[in-house]
Amino acid sequence: MNLKTAADVLHQYEKYGLNLYEVGLKYEHKQSDIDNDTIYKLMLQQWLVMKEAINQGMDESNPQIKGKIIQREAYKLKANIGTGKSICGETTTKAMAYALSTMEVNISMGRIVAAPTAGASGVLPGTLKAIQEANHFNDDQIIEALFAAGVVGMIIAKQASISGAKGGCQAEIGTASAMAAASVVYLMGGSIHQAFDAAAIAINNLMGLICDPVAGLVEVPCHKRNAIGASNALICAEMVLAGMPSIIPFDEVVIAMKQVGDLMPACHRETATGGIAITKTAKKYEKEIMTYHVN
Amino acid sequence: MEQYSIFDIIGPTMVGPSSSHTAGAAKVAYICRKIFGRPIKKATFYLHGSFADTYQGHGTDKALVGGVCGMKPDDPRIADAFAVASDQGIQISFYKKDLGEVHPNTVKIVFEDYEGYSQEMVGSSIGGGKAKIIAIDEIDVSITGRYATMIAQHIDLPGFVANISQILANNNINIAFMKLFRETKGERAVIVIETDDTIPEEALMQIEALRNLNKLTFFEAIT
Repeated sequence: MNLKTAADVLHQYEKYGLNLYEVGLKYEHKQSDIDNDTIYKLMLQQWLVMKEAINQGMDESNPQIKGKIIQREAYKLKANIGTGKSICGETTTKAMAYALSTMEVNISMGRIVAAPTAGASGVLPGTLKAIQEANHFNDDQIIEALFAAGVVGMIIAKQASISGAKGGCQAEIGTASAMAAASVVYLMGGSIHQAFDAAAIAINNLMGLICDPVAGLVEVPCHKRNAIGASNALICAEMVLAGMPSIIPFDEVVIAMKQVGDLMPACHRETATGGIAITKTAKKYEKEIMTYHVN
Repeated sequence: MEQYSIFDIIGPTMVGPSSSHTAGAAKVAYICRKIFGRPIKKATFYLHGSFADTYQGHGTDKALVGGVCGMKPDDPRIADAFAVASDQGIQISFYKKDLGEVHPNTVKIVFEDYEGYSQEMVGSSIGGGKAKIIAIDEIDVSITGRYATMIAQHIDLPGFVANISQILANNNINIAFMKLFRETKGERAVIVIETDDTIPEEALMQIEALRNLNKLTFFEAIT
């Protein structure tokens, strides 16, 4: 089964009437030879781990949540909801909080699901958990949305890259955000074309984002970039579902993203030798952390 | 173009923080432990490239020690791997070393058992939590753990491959991939056979009885 581009996916839709979830399931069955029921259960397992990570990070009393720079923070965002001081609205604020929560577990060597990478592991679960709570979707619907997200991410992986070391942060947070945007459109009953449009806009919005981890750690700016990835997914889905299409088709946007990644200098691709990683304060952290390590 | 599973994108489930520096490292060490296949007294790690530069920040050291103790990349005990190694009586040491023209995330692990038998392996974390063992006792190999894997270290003499194939065929085992690696003609060689199904004990015993076999290991696919 050929699944390298959005055009290939749309072919499956036009010829066989398959939606994004069904295309994902069919692809996985063909390439792994595992039966559909087992594949579905494997995805359920991923969703359960995702939810568990969100809950662990949200637990204010969890002593295991501790990074080398970032401390437990996500719960503060959720606590802000309903206080009169929250700005972004409940769903968006929750998506940010859950994305950050997952990252706080990841930083603390807790268990997460890479989606598509560990450094961007908060975006998709954070967005899905927030939209689930807002619209009372059941877990079966979320699992379908995860397949939809997987199809979008896989196309980007095949055509461009999902590695920060290769394509910068756009490849990690950008991809995760595109996956989340498509999955939200899927859940909200948008068309397969709208799902790809939302994914295309999500990538456009983060095009060129570099990978510049302070002290080489998956903490600053990675942690908070998961919040922008999640909220970007929601705003892209909202725009598309309101009737604003992507001017540039998804497949062309992905090629553009690859070209931008190929032109990115090494100092902006996860080497911690550019961007905010070389600011005065970043260097101070780097020195402190490395000294701490020698002990 | 690389073949992807949907679960390469929504996955793997892993202990953080980095798929290449944590999950992939644990997987490399886990596969190496399986290949060694004996009680481990000592494991010495030689870290290359990016592994050497950032190993503590990403918990690469804990992940490697965890893998050697038998933890898979999603095992929450990885965070306490050094304590587990100490409980298992495994002596651990780390060195930085330039391993030459290899992937930046590469490690050489030297194992030693209680009888003084030792073996060394080199493995790379090649991205997204995937692993590849690239050398066993200085013979270049390629082992990913994606399939059930049998590794036969032997002396490169005529008929050995035919004998193994015959035993597997007799036991109704379908070979997915078979690769032969050797040093020079007539000397040490390694056969790596990846299969769709598990290889039953009696087939392994028949292979073990073959002349010119030095060591046989088998492990199930590592998900």
